[in-house]
Parts: sequence; C-alpha cells; structure tokens
Amino acid sequence: MMFAHEFFRNALLAGTSIALACGLVGHFLVLRAQVFAGDALSHVAFTAALAAAAAGVDTRIGLFAGTVAFALILGGIGERASADDVTIGIVFAWILGLGVFFLALFSTGSGGGNGLLGARALFGSIFGLSAGDARLAAVIGVGIVATILAIARPLLFASVDPAVAAARGVPVRVLGLLFLALAGATAGEATQAVGALLLLGLLAAPAGAAQRLSANPYVALALSGAFAVLAVWLGLVLSYLIPSLPPSTAVIGVAAAIYLLSFLLTTTALRARFGPRPRGSIGLIGGN
Amino acid sequence: MRIASALAEVGPTLDPVSDLRQLTTYPFMVNALEAGTIVAVMAGVVGWFMVLRRQTFAGHTLSLMAFPGATAALLLGLSAAAGYFVFCTLAALAIGASTSSRARSGRSQESAVTGTVQAVGIACGLLFLSLYQGVLANFESLLFGSFLGITAGQVLALLIVATLTLCFFAAVGRPLLFASLDEGVARAHGVPTRALALGFLIVLGLAVAATAQITGALLVFALLVAPAATARLITARIWASLLLTVALGVAITWLGLALAYFFEYPVGFYVTTVAFALYVLVRAARAAIDHPTMLRPRASRSAAGA
Repeated sequence: MMFAHEFFRNALLAGTSIALACGLVGHFLVLRAQVFAGDALSHVAFTAALAAAAAGVDTRIGLFAGTVAFALILGGIGERASADDVTIGIVFAWILGLGVFFLALFSTGSGGGNGLLGARALFGSIFGLSAGDARLAAVIGVGIVATILAIARPLLFASVDPAVAAARGVPVRVLGLLFLALAGATAGEATQAVGALLLLGLLAAPAGAAQRLSANPYVALALSGAFAVLAVWLGLVLSYLIPSLPPSTAVIGVAAAIYLLSFLLTTTALRARFGPRPRGSIGLIGGN
Repeated sequence: MRIASALAEVGPTLDPVSDLRQLTTYPFMVNALEAGTIVAVMAGVVGWFMVLRRQTFAGHTLSLMAFPGATAALLLGLSAAAGYFVFCTLAALAIGASTSSRARSGRSQESAVTGTVQAVGIACGLLFLSLYQGVLANFESLLFGSFLGITAGQVLALLIVATLTLCFFAAVGRPLLFASLDEGVARAHGVPTRALALGFLIVLGLAVAATAQITGALLVFALLVAPAATARLITARIWASLLLTVALGVAITWLGLALAYFFEYPVGFYVTTVAFALYVLVRAARAAIDHPTMLRPRASRSAAGA
C-alpha cells in the first residue's frame, strides 16, 4: 500500500500543512483581490531559489528570504494609488529575468545539474522530500496557519471594508503588511511542494471555489482550507496510482476540478432559483 | 540554456556603425533582429491597451500559456507555433467566458479564475513534458526563450500575425479605447463592450503566442507591460504614448539582443533588465518633475515653506 512508502508519508505530511496554509492565505488573497500579488510572489520564489543556489546557500533560506522581502516591498509600494498592477508586473518581470541570469550563472559554477534544480524550483518535487524536510515544512505550515487564524477576525474586517475598519481602530496597514509577509512565506513554503509556477493554483482555485459556495467569510475560509487539503490528498493518491502523472499536475488538476464543480453548482443553483429568464427583459439583451 | 560564450568574436566597440555591422554579420542574427522588431511593435500596441484596460494579470496568464502550447506541440510532433496559438486562444476564451458570466462578487472572482486558468495551463505543460519520452535538454528555452534558431519562415509567420493584430486595432481601436476608458458610457452608446473585451483577449493571446517564440513563455510579459507603462508615465496623450510605446519596445528589444550577442548571458535577462531600468529611470524623472521639493533637503524645504 502507498502508506508503506516513506516518501509518500513525507509528501502527505508536508503536503497537508502546505495545503492548509495555501487555502487560508488564498482565501484572503481572493477576498482582497490580491491574486496578482500571489502570482508575482510565486515567480519571485523561483528567482530566490536559484539565487540561493548560485550563492551556495540553502535553497530554503533563499526562498523564504526572497519571497518575504518581496512581499514587504509590495506592501510598501501598494499604498500608492493607481498604477499598482503595472508596477508589480514590471518588477516581477525583471525579477524573473534575474532568475534566468542566476540559472545561467549557476550552470557555469556547477557544470551539470542546473536543469534539475531549475525544474525543481519551477515545478516542485513533493515526492523527493526527506523526513527532515517534511517535518520542517509541517512546522512552518502550522506556524503560518496559526498566525492567519490569530489575525483572521481583524484581517477580514480590514479586507472587506478598510475605511470603516481603520475608523474603528483596526491597524489596517500593519495587518496588510503582515498578511503579505505571510503570503510570501506561504509561497516559499509551497514552492517545495508544487513549484513556483503551480502554487498559484493552490492559492486561487480552492479559495475561489469556497467563495462561490458560501457568502459567509468564515465558512468560506474553512471550506477553502478543506478544498486545498482535499486537492493535495487526492492529487498525491492519483499521482501515486498513475506513475506518468506528475504530482504537481495532479494536485492542480484536482484543485481546478473543484473550482469547476463549484462554478457549475452555483450557476445551475442560480438558474434553478430564478427560473428561465423572462423573454422581454430588454435591459439584459440590449446590455450585451 | 546558456550559450557557451559570447557569440561575437570581438566585444562592442561603442561605434554604432561598426557595432551594427558586426551585429548583422550572421543571417540568424538578422532574423532575430527582424523577428524582435516585429514582436516589439505588436507587443507594444497590445500591451498599451492591456495596461489601459488594467488586464495585466490576464496578460501574464496568457503569456504563460505558451509553455503548455510548446510542450503539447512537442508531444504531438507539431510546430511549436501551432501549440502556442491553440493554447493562448483557449485560455483567452476561458478567461473571457468567466468574466462575461455575471459572477456574484465581480473582480475578485475574475482574478481567482485567471489564477486557476494559469495554474491549470502550467500543470498541463508539466504533464506534457513528463509524457514526452524523448530527451529534452533545453526545456528552459521554452520558458526563457532563445534567439538563436529563428528561421526566415518564422519571421514571415510573425509578420502575418502582427499585420492581423494591427488590422484588428485599426478596425476597432476607437470603440475599444472608448470601452476601456469608460465601459458604462460606452455600453450606453451602443458599443458592444463584451464582444470587444473577448476579442481583445483573443488578440492578446495571439500576440503573446507570437512573442513567446522569441522571449519564451516567462518573459513575454516584460515586453507587454514595460514599454506601455513607461510611455504612459511620459505622456498622457493617446497617440503620443502609443507611438512612444512602440518606439520604446523596439529600442528595448534591439538593445537586449545586442547585449546578448556581445556578452554571454541569456537574452531574456537583458531584455527584462533594460526594460526595468528604463521604467525606473523614467519613474524617478517623473517624480522629480512632479514633486521637485521631494528631492531637496528637508531643511531647505521647510525654509521655503516658511
């Protein structure tokens, strides 16, 4: 059975905590319409991992330092009003270019193996985690989850209505920065499991599905975490059973399937509630 | 991935004429420069509208679709360009469809869909890559681009796509601009905003697919967003900033290609770095012009205020 293999147990342990962290952080990313920031963070994770490799430092240190630092920078420039998405876009396009540079630099240093390291950073290698890696990932994951739960209430308030929250004395700005730092740590953490290019799926899909299914933010938060964990569990099992299916693909596939299901459920539920659209509604037809 | 050493036998002389002559010695380099120019013009125009419409996230997601496209083409033995176009168009349709179905919570759901589409696309790419049994030494070149193997046929294909794209903007540029600036008013005037939005996404996908052949899937985005954002910092006038975007895009591409030719690191690194440096410079200059007091020491500012 698959649980007899140590690599599978390690993957399950690390994957579960990573998924929980991604689900909870993703919920707030979607709620605050900061998914693009998550996208940027995930790409920064790639550069950070390669920069650490090029410098000869442990990849994980590079990952966490890079993503958290970038998250704080995002928070710093985020207060200015209009050109936000564009600024984020330009900065992370350049950071990605730097990643290519580090990849080239690293390959001159080490001869071979650069493709493998690049691939691991981009696409993750959850079945390759050692017991120590898995335990560390679990501890960090639990830490992220605990922090998010501790600040969940004021953060929700600050996300839904920042102006009123600020008027009531909620430290909106500090919370926003703290949240982005947590998102950065989550990106660094999840890179080990599903890779820099795929972790966005684990952030966006479960959270998007949960918010489609429930308007209550706490229910949606719980659902989002549950969906992410479900995606990782099912994905790992699927990828174990089908050897040619990479684990990262399986996890993201399940997460996307959950989103699609929630999409179909909510649209058909809406249609059932309101019945067929009246023929004569000029506003709707003309509006298209 | 890495080019063993710089391609040029001698370094740049900083004499533009002789540098240019050296740059165009090899036919592959001429192809690269032609392709780069076409791509820069197209990406500039599309990117200008993308920035105006605040669709950078969608643009980035579409640009990543070149990766599954390329790997699918590899797996099926088709040309990479065919794969790019199919996947980019599919993703554009998926994002467009999700935004046009009236989502309950509007923009946040839209971004969740975009993020999901992006991850699914990359996941497909990874799957195709692992299904591909052959040896794929340089999978990074799919992601980060290479300007070495561009054929004259590819240049012609790029030219056709670019012409089609520019025709699209020539035909619907005005209503698209209207719809981008004020969707509500445009709709009230009978502009088909939803059809335009979907059409724009598809054209964005096509342009990105073409661009990805030079810059790779991960770095298309730099050519889309940076020239437009820089130009819009310089001037607010529509035609001026559009033309400036194209000019900046071409300049960035040429400089990036030349640097990659004379020095050893990958072209994607140079293109993104030049683009970023230009943006930072212009932004700093803009800040200095708009708020000259910020640059003065604090003491003199308070003295001026008093």
